Amino acid sequence: MTGERSARDRGPAAPPGLTKVVAATPDLLLSQHHSLCPGCGEPLALRTILEVIAELGLRDRTICVGGIGCYTAFPSIIDIDVLQALHGRAPSVATGAKRVRPDAFVFTLQGDGDMVSEGLQEVVHTAARGERITAVLLNNGVFGETGGHMTATSVLGQRTKTTMAGRDQEAHGHPIRIGELLAQLDGTAYVARGAVHTPAAIAWTKRLIRDAFQTQLDGKGFSMVEVLTMCPTDWYVDPEKGPAWLSEHLEATYPLRVIKG
Amino acid sequence: MMQLEPIGPRVLMEGSHALAESAVQAGCRFYAGYPITPSTEILEYMATRLPQVGGVCMNAESEIEAINMVWGAAGCGVRSMIASTGQGISLMQEAFAEMANAQIPAVTVNMCRGQADYFQATRGGGHGDYRFIVLAPSTVQEAVELTAEAFYLSDKWRNPVMIFGDFLLAHTTEAVQFHRRDERDLPPKDWAITGAKGRRAITLTPLGPAEKLSTDPGKALVATAEKIPKMKAAEARVDVGFLDDAEVAVVAFGCPARFVKYAVRLCREQGLKAGYVRPVSLWPFPSAAVAAAAGRVKALAVYELNAGQMIEDVQLAVLGRVPVVPIGGVSHDHSGFGVGPALEPESIVRRITEVYQGKGQAAA
Amino acid sequence: MARVPATVTIDTETCKGCVLCVAVCPPRVLVMTTAEVNGKGYRYPVLLDGCTGCELCAKICPDFCFEVYRGEVGGAGVAGVLGHGRGAGAEGSIGGVGPR
Repeated sequence: MTGERSARDRGPAAPPGLTKVVAATPDLLLSQHHSLCPGCGEPLALRTILEVIAELGLRDRTICVGGIGCYTAFPSIIDIDVLQALHGRAPSVATGAKRVRPDAFVFTLQGDGDMVSEGLQEVVHTAARGERITAVLLNNGVFGETGGHMTATSVLGQRTKTTMAGRDQEAHGHPIRIGELLAQLDGTAYVARGAVHTPAAIAWTKRLIRDAFQTQLDGKGFSMVEVLTMCPTDWYVDPEKGPAWLSEHLEATYPLRVIKG
Repeated sequence: MMQLEPIGPRVLMEGSHALAESAVQAGCRFYAGYPITPSTEILEYMATRLPQVGGVCMNAESEIEAINMVWGAAGCGVRSMIASTGQGISLMQEAFAEMANAQIPAVTVNMCRGQADYFQATRGGGHGDYRFIVLAPSTVQEAVELTAEAFYLSDKWRNPVMIFGDFLLAHTTEAVQFHRRDERDLPPKDWAITGAKGRRAITLTPLGPAEKLSTDPGKALVATAEKIPKMKAAEARVDVGFLDDAEVAVVAFGCPARFVKYAVRLCREQGLKAGYVRPVSLWPFPSAAVAAAAGRVKALAVYELNAGQMIEDVQLAVLGRVPVVPIGGVSHDHSGFGVGPALEPESIVRRITEVYQGKGQAAA
Repeated sequence: MARVPATVTIDTETCKGCVLCVAVCPPRVLVMTTAEVNGKGYRYPVLLDGCTGCELCAKICPDFCFEVYRGEVGGAGVAGVLGHGRGAGAEGSIGGVGPR
């Protein structure tokens, strides 16, 4: 692989007599340093995605189309080509890229504000057309980068800066289960929802990502993985309480399961 | 100067189709669009033509989706085009501004209803400091040539270029000749996203540099700003006539300029010393040519089918040296697409005559 | 039953003190410092005796701070930061060290 490695890789010497079995960073991560919050789940999703790309040998032909959110910090630290898109538009940009480079492996990396609020139309049409791309949704139920505001996936009762008394269905409407919505479209071949709040969930989510990527490689149509991630900052909980908050509040609205395929 | 080599025989084609075919001949292999009058025929033509040459045409589900598809294809290094009219161009503005910041080339076409999108085209239209090079053909043949030129300029500057057309251009049928342009001086597209095989991975983004492990969000904005004076110095284009002894020069662009040229000839037949300055590039505006004309005439008349937009660029070029008199205006037929009664040559002759006689009201 | 010697190294300067690793560690051999903070002002975990090399801390850390090491079954045990068994008040160390 190319790219500078972080100082971490030149870190403490291996304890004598022992073998390193887990490196700090996956091969395709150029630096562990990012500005995301303590306890954020997005880097865990990123690690999983990069592991699958490496294991499937896809680095050389991968085009990541990035949306706009906290995770926009990631393109600069990953050893794959990235085509940065505007808020909500990654599925359309990915469509253009995949149509002219059908041999490339094209996936979007988007948050819930990006995909389900701003970009709802783009992802629905891209899925309906059965574009052979994979959309990856990092869903934490909030606009993180702007400081914690309601998105189309914020759950009822959730406090955000625009719903400080809790999301109320009268005033703010209902959240959208984008996974279930896209699964209804004939162009969609695989939709699944995972999470990164426990190591077991991460391991299971890694299989979902692998299956979604394989769907694209097999040319079967549009694939999508929704990954529930922790955002303790905008959930107003301590970082160590993030996993519990995800279980108690997000999972009820967004069950972890293979939705289609 | 363009170096041109003819491709094929002269053919009779409708303006939209000729423009689209010129794009295909120039190597355009991706088109995305949304049906909207009077640009729709370009989408129709591309839907059939592009697959014939191994290209892709997308009938997108919205203008915003269409321009972002173009972003994706062009970002991968494929020559790409999009056409619309003013309202659709409005929807695309965020993408336009950020494609300029990301230095992604593309050819955009506004088949304008009337000519009231001049500011939208030349003052950015979207947010930020960017500019598009804007070329305004007056005949179908010129549209064919400028479309080929647009792809070249877009790749040369890594900046989108706009063809500013109109309803008449779209629907006028003429005999046209296609040409191949010498493009050997264009650099390879090493900035394009292709998958990082055999090289370092890169990012193509409006938000900062292409190198990994590098964060400098202002760098892209500075690059965009630095490009503006360079494009301005190099890419102005103009067509002038009858200026040697002209006492009134008419500034007009696009298909209406054909009517103005004809009216100028009618004026000459009546002994009235009129001339014309026809900007071929709306941005960069050919200020030098307009200023030179101002040095010779008693007044400049400005003919445009809007409430007065290009006239501000004329005033800036002239800086009060001579009166600048609007003689166009908003003019629509019952369809609302801009082929209005103001385009009658007799009416244009009358207005030029009024300016000649000192009766025209100069713009403030 | 023979133990697999195992340990982790912890990049305490990159740690943001989120405590997810402490919660996820099955033998509970990670404890957060109390008085010590790193250069960014965060408390960080230190490793006690008894690491099993299960890798869960490495999987849950959003800042990629852990490297996991394992040896042969029945090999020499690996001492944690204090060189002895479970204890409170661990502070001031970089993390797992080799056998003493």
